[in-house]
Amino acid sequence: MEFKTKYKEEIENLNGELATINFGPTHPATHGIFQNILQVNGEKIVSSEQTLGYIHRAFEKLAERRPYNQITPITDRLNYCSSPINNMGWHMTVEKLIQAEIPKKVDYMRIIIMELARIADHLICNSVVGVDTGALTGFTYLFQEREKIYELYEEVCGARLTTNIGRIGGFERDFSPEFHRKLKSFLIEFPKTFDQFDQLLSRNRIFMDRTKGVGPISAERAVDYGFVGPNLRAAGIDYDVRVMNPYASYQDFDFDIPVGVQGDTYDRFMVRQEEIRQSLRIIHQAYNNLPEGSYKADIPEFYLPPKEEVYHQMEALIYHFKIVMGETEVPVGEVYHAVEGGNGELGYYLISDGGRTPYRLQFRRPCFIYYQAYPEMITGQTLSDAVLTLSSLNVIAGELDA
Amino acid sequence: MTSNLIPDLFHILKSHFGDAVIQSHLSTDLLNIEIQPESVKEILLFLKKHPDYDVNFLTLLGAVHYPEQENRNFAIVYHLHSWSKNIRFRIKAFLPETNPTIDSVVTIYPCANWMERETYDFYGIHFNDHPNLKRILNEDDMDYFPMRKEYALEDQSREDKDDRYFGRTQHNR
Repeated sequence: MEFKTKYKEEIENLNGELATINFGPTHPATHGIFQNILQVNGEKIVSSEQTLGYIHRAFEKLAERRPYNQITPITDRLNYCSSPINNMGWHMTVEKLIQAEIPKKVDYMRIIIMELARIADHLICNSVVGVDTGALTGFTYLFQEREKIYELYEEVCGARLTTNIGRIGGFERDFSPEFHRKLKSFLIEFPKTFDQFDQLLSRNRIFMDRTKGVGPISAERAVDYGFVGPNLRAAGIDYDVRVMNPYASYQDFDFDIPVGVQGDTYDRFMVRQEEIRQSLRIIHQAYNNLPEGSYKADIPEFYLPPKEEVYHQMEALIYHFKIVMGETEVPVGEVYHAVEGGNGELGYYLISDGGRTPYRLQFRRPCFIYYQAYPEMITGQTLSDAVLTLSSLNVIAGELDA
Repeated sequence: MTSNLIPDLFHILKSHFGDAVIQSHLSTDLLNIEIQPESVKEILLFLKKHPDYDVNFLTLLGAVHYPEQENRNFAIVYHLHSWSKNIRFRIKAFLPETNPTIDSVVTIYPCANWMERETYDFYGIHFNDHPNLKRILNEDDMDYFPMRKEYALEDQSREDKDDRYFGRTQHNR
């Protein structure tokens, strides 16, 4: 409670009457549907209470009735700014349970897509921080680039926002020539636009004055509140699942983990900026060293066979029937798998009793856990700082409510 | 380094807490340690303060419902992670359906606050000494705990439901 004591005197010295303000649930500045009931004294926030659950869709319950391959579309709708990471995290969880051997090429393809998704996620967050400080220009530039990332998703899976990308065991098809062409041009064009955005805000006096010291959190409190991902790293702790528990061959790559010092809005912004550069580095490495091999693992009982084989071969017909009817046998087991999502450690806790659906599936949604710290972070700050803190935390309603 | 710490963990807890630590087994990926629900706070605090383990992070807290296990109907699962040693493991405590009550660990890991509220919301587990134990995602006046296994998802082929306010009638289904 160090922040409360820090600002206690300041709050007590304010003599005005307290006013109650509903910040949300449907307010443009919340960037999602969640409510904060703020008690304000003039412009200073005295206390706040959060209400959530406005878009709760009972995903954990739904998952208990769906076959494994039908759970992927549910994961899309958690953090919908970087749905490929959620999809692939789920695929890797199931692969861990069935102990499938995944070809190196699949790992590298996944890394390219996941890092593109991380860039898209951070682009939205950072450009929206810009918008909330009043700098709308950068947002319009970066949305053009995000559009190109969505086109890349489209080349791989046909969808843009809720991607349902890949399959358990790999991808449904290899990267198309058009994907290669678009990725190459993205890797050349994107850094130019991104540098322009960086020049617009990173060392901008007005932007720095507006964001430095806004919504800070110390490293100790951040760990207490379960912070992960860029928000934790902005507070100065270099915890990253990609390095701590490497998955999908992240150990093959050379990249840096940026950390901040103050844990304030400016540090969160800068950490995300640097992570975008590091993601580009990873994509370059993965794309230049893309191994030869198959784009899918050899697990016929989970991976839908090609349609021609279904008509002419008995095994393919059997597997096709079993997968479509959702009668695939899964070993009994219990796994936890974590990936580094756009907001940090995104975990899947899966219990299988051998049935056609999970016995229990729990998502570790980073937003849900660290959003608890929000009242402590904004107490004693001004109302407009609360807006900025919220957008720099990148709280995504879909991930918050599940 | 971590390879020695994991097998020792059960013996260290067992020698320190005796009967409060029941058993351990290795699941597909992580070590599971089952404990008596009464001593969850002491054990988690011990692990957090232990210099060799330094379990600083509560990754996930949740419940699992096993309706057919007698007196072991709810498992409360704590996923713990030590960042300095990079070890992960699970602590499980089983509760009976008649009295699903366990101590809150908010004082040890403040991030447990909402995860415990969520577990209460969906499973009806009562956490002693929780600062604000009320529903979090569902509406406050809900009178059941939806993630329990007795609430099956709706059968899509049922005939008795009045859906006309949602555009479905007996004639167009």
